Amino acid sequence: MLDKNGIAKRIAKEIKDGYYVNLGIGIPTLVANYIPNGINVVLQSENGLLGMGPFPFDGEEDPDLINAGKQTITTLPGSSIFDSAMSFGMIRAQKIDLTILGAMEVSENGDIANWKIPGKMVKGMGGAMDLVASAKNIIVAMQHINKAGESKLLPNCTLPLTGIKCIKKIVTELAVLDILPEGGFKLIERAPGVSVDFIRNATLGRLYATDDVPEMAID
Amino acid sequence: MINKVVAGADEAIKDIEDGNTLMLGGFGLCGIPENCIAALVKKGVKELTCIANNAGVDDFGIGLMLQTRQVKKMISSYVGENAEFERQLLSGELEVELIPQGTLATRCLAAGYGMPAIFTPAGVGTEVAEGKEIRNFKGKDYLMEYAFDADFALVKAWKGDTAGNLIFRSTSRNFNPVMAMAGKITIAEVEQLVEAGELDPDQIHTPGVYVHRIFQGKEYEKRIEQRTVRSKN
Repeated sequence: MLDKNGIAKRIAKEIKDGYYVNLGIGIPTLVANYIPNGINVVLQSENGLLGMGPFPFDGEEDPDLINAGKQTITTLPGSSIFDSAMSFGMIRAQKIDLTILGAMEVSENGDIANWKIPGKMVKGMGGAMDLVASAKNIIVAMQHINKAGESKLLPNCTLPLTGIKCIKKIVTELAVLDILPEGGFKLIERAPGVSVDFIRNATLGRLYATDDVPEMAID
Repeated sequence: MINKVVAGADEAIKDIEDGNTLMLGGFGLCGIPENCIAALVKKGVKELTCIANNAGVDDFGIGLMLQTRQVKKMISSYVGENAEFERQLLSGELEVELIPQGTLATRCLAAGYGMPAIFTPAGVGTEVAEGKEIRNFKGKDYLMEYAFDADFALVKAWKGDTAGNLIFRSTSRNFNPVMAMAGKITIAEVEQLVEAGELDPDQIHTPGVYVHRIFQGKEYEKRIEQRTVRSKN
């Protein structure tokens, strides 16, 4: 079973040289720490920055320079800054190669819910609805099961939706899964030490798995 | 050159009235019109509809206007990090319309570009789409979203000149340029106000035609919401 950093490490392997990438808040933010050496990627922050750098050194923080999580950050050589309309313009026009975001639930037909729990939590969708509606390549980083042991990979989402039929790949603490065009989760890799049966029991939506699904290789 | 300069925040906002719709620039606490917000709190105008990406924190930004119950409705994309906001929302004192961030920005852009509406895929198939017209282009569904109609836009820039031209700094640009274009009356507060001619025309982000009033803010706290740093070692 993977911890949050393990999920981030596995997702980082999906990033290819030359990608422009948008990282959501939470586990997706950790992915930046595991981008392999020799791979050049540009991170987008949807408030209006391409080329997000690391956190500033203590004492060098700039209140005018933050990321979409409102954290102080830095720019890099080659960074550019623009307004929020242009930022979502490049997202809508599919100039961003890969979007990585978190989810509370994903359904077997690729619907995602991650912005609202009626009666409990209403923080808003931020840029998530724009991202999932337009991105050509989305990876969801999420927990396979919640604290009560219930599956979050479902036949249908129960929470208010963020987007429909948009998710194609999921990385959880248990597995890497693709969502098939005709619907259903296809097991691609197992987390170290996790059996196919365990994943099957943790997945409420339709799961397609062969007995020889490989264990994922992460350092 | 037409001179847009007013003495300060109090004069700039003097005709904002109860029930007006305001746009406020900023992302989180970054690039917010601090001086205009302070003047609105002082003036005590009520029943405001505020279009802003976020609602500030409890004791800064739009949060200050929530504490004084001046806001009737917020139109925002993300409103976490604000306990008073959550309390007013759950008790029904505050009306909130949550919309996707790109939709928010682009509805401002449409207003500033003189376009009545835009089509965006954001929110298709979700509760955001309820009651909205859907059009299919090249096999994909899009929602029709209207340009915003705001009485005033309050924006914050780094530098501005007496003709109302604006230059923003770093990611404090965010929603400010598109909101500046979108207000029926746009009020810009700047950290440095200079004479017309001192800014390079090639470097202007917002042309002065969009700005009706400009003043140099008295002081800027520029509070940091999430201070994240790394060690030099």
